[in-house]
Amino acid sequence: MDVLAPRDEVDLEEAIAAAVAEGSALAVEGEGSKRGFGHAVEARRRLSTAGMRGVSLYEPAELVLTAGAGTPLREIQGLLDQQGQQLAFEPADYGLILGGPAGRGTIGGAIAINASGPRRIKAGAARDHLLGFRAVSGRGEPFKSGGRVMKNVTGYDLCKLMAGSHGTLGIVSELTVKVLPKPETEETVVFAGLDDAAAVVLMTGASGLPAEVSGFAHLPEEDGRTGLRLEGPAVSVATRREALLGHFRGEAEVLGETASRAFWEAVRDVRPLAGRGEQLWRLSVAPADGAAVVARLAERGVPIAGRLFDWAGGLVWLAVEAGRHGSAIREGLAGHATCIAAPEAVRAAEPVFHPQPPALAALSRRVKESFDPKRVLNPGRMGEGL
Amino acid sequence: MSLTMPAPEAAILENRDRLIRRLRAILPEESVIAEEVAMRAYECDALTMYRQLPLVVALPETVPQVQEIMALAAEMNVKVVPRGAGTSLSGGSLPLGDGILLAMGKFNRILEIDYDNRSARVQPGVANLAISDAVAERGFYYAPDPSSQIACSIGGNVGENSGGVHCLKYGLTTNNILGLEVVLMGGEIVRLGGKHLDSEGYDLMGLMTGSEGLLGVITEVTVRLLRKPEIARGLLLAFPTVEAGAGCVADIIAAGIVPGGLEMMDGPAIRATEDFQPCGYPRDAASLLICELDGEASEVDHLVGRVSEIARAAGATTIRASQSEEERLRFWAGRKNSFPAVGAIGPDYLCMDGTIPRGRLAEVLAGMSELAEKHGLRVANVFHAGDGNLHPLILYDANRPGDIETAEAFGADILKLCVAVGGVLTGEHGVGVEKRDLMGTMFTEADLDQQQRVKCAFDPEHRLNPGKVFPTLRRCAELGRMHVRGGALPFPDLPRF
Repeated sequence: MDVLAPRDEVDLEEAIAAAVAEGSALAVEGEGSKRGFGHAVEARRRLSTAGMRGVSLYEPAELVLTAGAGTPLREIQGLLDQQGQQLAFEPADYGLILGGPAGRGTIGGAIAINASGPRRIKAGAARDHLLGFRAVSGRGEPFKSGGRVMKNVTGYDLCKLMAGSHGTLGIVSELTVKVLPKPETEETVVFAGLDDAAAVVLMTGASGLPAEVSGFAHLPEEDGRTGLRLEGPAVSVATRREALLGHFRGEAEVLGETASRAFWEAVRDVRPLAGRGEQLWRLSVAPADGAAVVARLAERGVPIAGRLFDWAGGLVWLAVEAGRHGSAIREGLAGHATCIAAPEAVRAAEPVFHPQPPALAALSRRVKESFDPKRVLNPGRMGEGL
Repeated sequence: MSLTMPAPEAAILENRDRLIRRLRAILPEESVIAEEVAMRAYECDALTMYRQLPLVVALPETVPQVQEIMALAAEMNVKVVPRGAGTSLSGGSLPLGDGILLAMGKFNRILEIDYDNRSARVQPGVANLAISDAVAERGFYYAPDPSSQIACSIGGNVGENSGGVHCLKYGLTTNNILGLEVVLMGGEIVRLGGKHLDSEGYDLMGLMTGSEGLLGVITEVTVRLLRKPEIARGLLLAFPTVEAGAGCVADIIAAGIVPGGLEMMDGPAIRATEDFQPCGYPRDAASLLICELDGEASEVDHLVGRVSEIARAAGATTIRASQSEEERLRFWAGRKNSFPAVGAIGPDYLCMDGTIPRGRLAEVLAGMSELAEKHGLRVANVFHAGDGNLHPLILYDANRPGDIETAEAFGADILKLCVAVGGVLTGEHGVGVEKRDLMGTMFTEADLDQQQRVKCAFDPEHRLNPGKVFPTLRRCAELGRMHVRGGALPFPDLPRF
């Protein structure tokens, strides 16, 4: 397949205009690290944003960074690291679970899938940190939205729409994100041996305490460990740790900074489920429902090969053995289920993204048309009509 | 007055009686207000310089009623202007003479509080503060706190993506809601989100938030509840120059500290406030910072110490840390009264709402002084310093001929200055009618066309709150055409005063 690699917005405009003129679709990607996610796109050409790279503005005191969409995440994270800052939404590295190498992916790709890690529950997702962007629509027209300031309600918030749109509305050339200071230190309080239901009760309980926990995960595949992360100045982390230990009496282990960081990187990248089952599903539900949802699926006969609970139970990762399980997983689910990794034949045979009720599905299709009427940008990647 | 709105459509005006009859078939007699005297209560929102009587006021109290009204509006091709508590500062709910004013005040119930999932499901007419009040006994609150929070409705907050003094740390409305129920033009209903995080498809909830009532009518909101911080302490910091104060703000942030609130006032605002209600602000200071740190007690004490050191190094002449809750509230008392305080010397004021990159503050304030001289009006500045959101208060006298126009021109110049330094027209008040005609200073025609195409996906006939946000209304069919640039369809001139 031909690969187009625009170096700037002018190139990008030309590439999309040409695709519109000849009526041929483009498969959009950055470094291609998430190629195995979503429905396969039937396209004549591939368009890579990797040529539009580089950080054009980084002002640590303003908490703001502007970069080309194709800038590797690792480059941005390295730069932020030098100033003691970070992308607070903790974008995951899906390399391992998608069967590719780890450590790849661009900032544009992280925004395109609305990536978010364990801190999502406290600090928000990628959508909450995207301040502005420039893009070219499927009409071949450059446009922008947002800006570089923290607080902005001028016009529709198209940043929210672009985050998580998987390159189906426009191709972002440049984007501006909010960055935040790294906490001075972190620790994780780990409880062992809890079953799913008890762990979810503990986590939702902890989310209502003033301890400002910034990560709540339960790892049944790792001896049923349940971790609560504390971040901040050392004096405060120690005080809150004691408060947590006092509140939840019982055996607990405390992970220091290095071990805590490793624990949450593993949760973020779903490492405990790597190599388990044939498919990986991600369920977004009300946190208190997490354990019950999994129990119901097991009763229904869904062959669960592994599970992991993040976001205090609100994010359930399921490794599932071969078969067609989408309908069983989705039936009666209050929330939504996405198939993150599966063989192409499985993704071709059933919806990767949770199907929407008719009125909402029709509205989403009209939104797609408003940006990309000829369907040249990643057509079908998010499902029929998108 | 330069504001022009879409011309009233004769066909709609002629059908007014039939419309009222049809509305009365949907709603009880008292919920359809058609008499001029009673409709006066709805002729403006908090941007009181613009007033317009609606065609009729409808006060639904059930979702099916809203659906029926929206279906009726589509059938009769009548415009609809949604309204919450009417506290918009940008004219977002300014009525149209040929439109139904859909007042959502009767949707005033809290439907469910779910502590396990830290969420509450509420109707759109519930006041912002009422949510926090309802969950206070369990130690929770709803974070965004616009200064009108005692009156403003949560539905209006969603429409405007409202902020408040604590949004640097806790985010705006868009970062604090989980779900919406929305009735579209024509009466269809969609549910976006729920008690879970993240969307299964396009983030239409994020798009709806801040869409200023142009995309749909919000009939239910699910908000996130946060645990109240254990303690909050305030710091009062005064500086001999604006630059020193602005430098201190940058130093605090650069040190990795994100305060719960970080407010700044300039010399004129400090003195107006002290004249109005003395609360111990140093009158001779050129800039004053109120820095609030909240969280766990030992962390807050630690940070109070660090911010004090940073302020000393930045040249602060006064550094006071609150030693009690009473003292913290006293620090805030002046800031919270700064608008009426400025109003007392005004006698009228126009509140602007631009946001700038913080590093450009001193430059923008200097530019504002020059503009004040050019226009011959005074300006006082109150500023959400942490996130760069300015609230210049332009002083004028509505009884002096020409003053309103001068104040408006001054305001427009300030906003253009904000955009010129990399900022935006509005940080939290919305575009509405107030900043509509300035949209071109920030956006190209292509930017605005794409936004209007999104509008077309929701409301192809431009029936919902037209005349707001966009300086020119363009037909959806024309916007949908590819590579054909048609001329804009301007609003026919409608003299309003």
